[in-house]
Amino acid sequence: MKIKPLQIVAHIILIIGVLLMVLPIWISFASSTHENVSILTEGMRFTLGDQFSRNYNEVLNEKGGWSEEVTAAKMFINSFIMALGIATLKVAISAMSAYALVYYRFKLAVPIFWLIFITLLVPLEVRIFPSYKIVSDLGLTNSYTGLILPLVASATATFFFRQFYKTIPDELLESAKLDGANAWSFFIDFLVPLSKTMIAAMFIFMFVYGYSQYLWPLIMTTAEEYWTVVMGMKIIYTESYEGVALPRTAERFAYIILSMIPPVLVVVFLQKWFIKGLIQTEK
Amino acid sequence: MSFLDLKNVTKIYPNGTKAVHETSLSINEGEFMVFVGPSGCGKSTLLRMVAGLEDITEGDINLDGQLINEVDPSERDVAMVFQNYALYPHMNVYNNLAYGLKNRGIDKETIEQKVNDAAKLLQISDFLQRKPSMLSGGQRQRVAMGRAIVRNPKIFLFDEPLSNLDAKLRIQMRLEIKKLQQKVGVTSIFVTHDQVEAMTLADRLAVINNGIIEQLGTPIEIYNNPKSLFVAGFIGSPQMNFLDANLNNKTLSAENFEIKNIDSDYNGEVTLGIRPEHLIESENGLINLKVELVEQLGSDNLVYGQIKNIKDFCYRSPGNQTIKKGNTLSLNIEENKYYIFDKSTGKRVN
Repeated sequence: MKIKPLQIVAHIILIIGVLLMVLPIWISFASSTHENVSILTEGMRFTLGDQFSRNYNEVLNEKGGWSEEVTAAKMFINSFIMALGIATLKVAISAMSAYALVYYRFKLAVPIFWLIFITLLVPLEVRIFPSYKIVSDLGLTNSYTGLILPLVASATATFFFRQFYKTIPDELLESAKLDGANAWSFFIDFLVPLSKTMIAAMFIFMFVYGYSQYLWPLIMTTAEEYWTVVMGMKIIYTESYEGVALPRTAERFAYIILSMIPPVLVVVFLQKWFIKGLIQTEK
Repeated sequence: MSFLDLKNVTKIYPNGTKAVHETSLSINEGEFMVFVGPSGCGKSTLLRMVAGLEDITEGDINLDGQLINEVDPSERDVAMVFQNYALYPHMNVYNNLAYGLKNRGIDKETIEQKVNDAAKLLQISDFLQRKPSMLSGGQRQRVAMGRAIVRNPKIFLFDEPLSNLDAKLRIQMRLEIKKLQQKVGVTSIFVTHDQVEAMTLADRLAVINNGIIEQLGTPIEIYNNPKSLFVAGFIGSPQMNFLDANLNNKTLSAENFEIKNIDSDYNGEVTLGIRPEHLIESENGLINLKVELVEQLGSDNLVYGQIKNIKDFCYRSPGNQTIKKGNTLSLNIEENKYYIFDKSTGKRVN
C-alpha cells in the first residue's frame, strides 16, 4: 500500500491529538507512583516510581475530610450511585416524556416540548438556590435521593428521543395496535428495543454528567458520608495545618487516576452501542 | 345482515377534507373484495376505518353482527398487511408472527403450533430465526401475510401490499394471495390502484373515485358494463378510447363517422368509449386510423394512431400481424361493443 502525503499529515495531526489527550493522564499516573518529597523537589514525572502500592493504598483506605470520617473508596461509591441514579432516571424519564410528546397527539405537545427544551437555558447552577430550598424543605439534604432527584430531568435526552421516535414509521404503531399492543406494551416491546443504541449513548452522556457534578453535592451535603469524588478532590487532602506537613501531591494524583475509572468502565462496556447510537439507527 | 356492513360511512378530516362520502357496502363471509381507484380517492381511508385506525365521522360499521364503530383496533379481530409490510425490525420472523398471539394471552405451545403451521403454509419455515432486514422483498411480504394469518382473524385487510415488489414478483405474489385466500377462506378486503391486480384478485370489485363507490360488481360485470366514464376509463388495459360525439334521435355522430339505431333516448353531447380490443380491421370500416406507433407485445400488438384530430387512439391487433408506421387502417367496432356517456355528468346513457 502506498502512503499518500495527505495521510501522513492526517496521522501526524491525530497523533498530536492523542498525545494532548493522553499525556496529562500519563503524567498524573506517573507522578502518582512517586514519593511526595521527590515531586516537591523535582516536579512532575514522566517515569514510573516505586510508591504505587503505598500511595494507592493510602488513598483508598485513609480517612479524610474535616472530621476524618470519609474514605476515598466511600466517595467513589457515592459518586457511582449518584451518577447511576441520575443516568438511569434521566434516560427513563426522557424516553417516556418523548413518547408522550410524539405519540399522544394532544394540542399542547409542541409548546410543551419547547418549554422543556428552553430549560437548557436554566442549568442547575442558575436555579441552585430554589432547588436547594425545595430539597431542604422536603428534608432530602444529606441523602442519595436529594443528590439525584433535582438532576433527573433532561431536555437534551428528551430532544434526542423525540427526534428518534419521529423517524419510526406510523405503520409500525398501527400494526402493533392491530396485534393487540396497548400504549405500555408498544413502548416496552417496540420503542425501547428499537432505541437501545440511543439509550446506551444517552446513558453514557448522563453518567458522565452525573459523575462530574460538583456544585450541587457541595451545597447539598454536610455529612461527609455523602461526599462525592469531585468534591473530595478539592477537600480531602487539604492540608489542615499548612506549612507543617508536605503537600500530598502524589496521593492527589492517585486519587485523580482512580476517579477516572468508573466513567471509563461505563464507556468501555457501552462503547459498541454508543457508537452505533451516534452514527446509525437500527430500523 | 352480511358479514361486514358499512352504512353511510363518512370520513371528514379535521382540516375539512371529505375523504369518504356516505359509503354503504356489504361484504359476505369469505368474499374477496377489492377497492380500486386512483391515489387519493379514499380507498385506503375506507380500509383504515374498517381496521379502526381512522375514526368514523358518520355512519356505522358492523362486523359479524357487532357494531364496531367505537371498538379499539386491537379488539376488532382484524389483521392488516401494510404497503411497507411494517414488520417489527427488532424481532425475528418467529416473534413477528407470535407477537399478536402473545398479546392475546395464548399459551406457548399453541403459539408455536400456530406459527409453525402458518410458516409452513407460506413456506417461510426456514427463515423463522431471521430478522426482517435479512429477508428479500417477497419473503417479507410472506411474513407480513403470515402475521395476519396466524391470528385467524375475522377479516384480512390488504393495503396495497404488492406495490413495493418488482413486476415479476408482484404477479407471482398476486397469484399466491388469491390461492391462499381461497384456501384459508377468510373474508378479505384488498386495496390497490392497479386495475390488473384488482381484476385478477377480486370476487367483487368496488371502483372508488373521490370518496364515492362509482360501481360495485364482479370484475367482468364492471369490465363489460361500466356505468360511468370514470369506471370505463379506469378498468381495462390499455385504456378505453374516448371520442367526443353527438347523440340525436338514436344516431350518434362522431367526427367522421355515424352509428345509427342506438339504444338510448338521450339527446345531446356525449362521449363515445371504445375498448382497443373491441376493434376489428375490415374494408370500408367506420374509423380510419393513421398508425403512429406500434407496441409489439408478442401475443398482440398495440397500435397507436390518429383519427383526424384525435391523437393516441389505441387498437389492439392480433400478434401475428405486422403493421407499419404511417399505414392507414380501416377499423370497425364489434357489434354493440361501444359505450356512450353523458359528456357533462359522465353517466352511461346506452
